[in-house]
Amino acid sequence: MMKKALAPLTVIVAVLFVCAPYLIAQAPLESTMGLVQKIFYFHVPSWMAMYTAITVCAIASAMFLFTNNRSADAYAVAGAEVAVLFGLMGLVSGPLWGRKAWGVWWQWDVRLTTALLMELIFIACLLVRKYGGPGSEKLAAATGLFGGATAPFVYKSVDIWRTVHPKTSVVPELLKGSMPGSGLPFALSAIGFVLLSILLMQLRVRLAKEQAQLDDLYLAYEES
Amino acid sequence: MKTIIAFVCSLLLAGPAVAFQPPPSAAQSEYVPATPGASTEQMPAAPLLITAYAFVWIAAMAYLWTIARRLNKVEDDIRALERKAPHSR
Repeated sequence: MMKKALAPLTVIVAVLFVCAPYLIAQAPLESTMGLVQKIFYFHVPSWMAMYTAITVCAIASAMFLFTNNRSADAYAVAGAEVAVLFGLMGLVSGPLWGRKAWGVWWQWDVRLTTALLMELIFIACLLVRKYGGPGSEKLAAATGLFGGATAPFVYKSVDIWRTVHPKTSVVPELLKGSMPGSGLPFALSAIGFVLLSILLMQLRVRLAKEQAQLDDLYLAYEES
Repeated sequence: MKTIIAFVCSLLLAGPAVAFQPPPSAAQSEYVPATPGASTEQMPAAPLLITAYAFVWIAAMAYLWTIARRLNKVEDDIRALERKAPHSR
């Protein structure tokens, strides 16, 4: 089913990515941050896409750990890789926004630090899988599950502790109309990023399955 | 008993840290639109905005390219192996 959905999904993502910059340009300026606040329209969606990938990675990792299902392993690696990609986008676009909004590129505050640690956990997950030797898939799955468990803490950190980072209430308030004209561009951008993450994960799953097929063929060839 | 004392001490130490959180400033809880015509820029924001957007695009395209490259390589290897040993499947 996902194979059939790949082509229309690609078209939808392409249309959204072409339309989003135009809509973002039309969105109103924020009173204290001005133009740089428009980074918000792809900074937050990149974290949303990362959280989508983390959810897939965590669920698939748990399934692989407890059922040994190879398909789940393919989803776990795809989720981890895509999570690293979108996390990197968030970690690069955030400091570019912060440089103007806060006057510094980076603050060791709780949200930024925990987000960086979460990114490092998923990088560790990929490194363990690549260089961990035989059986490293299980260790990588455990790391992915652990990374997934940290995600809610990273998300809620801005509401629990004092931080320079905007709170989680910003997005619901924006969608409710706190800044008229910004809800639609944000929603379309968010949908575009989440669909892009699903598309990339689907391609990565296909790659993982074909790699597994190649490994089986090598084994069969060596045995024959 | 030691565990209970340790737990109570942790609660007592953690309590003030949570209780004395200063209230959040404006623009942390919600965004407010700028007054039309008001000056909002002190430092050029366009280069930062363009860099952030370009990075997002380049990163996505680069990842897509690496997947396509890896997929082609694996598919080539599968085809080569199938040619070498047609009955190994």
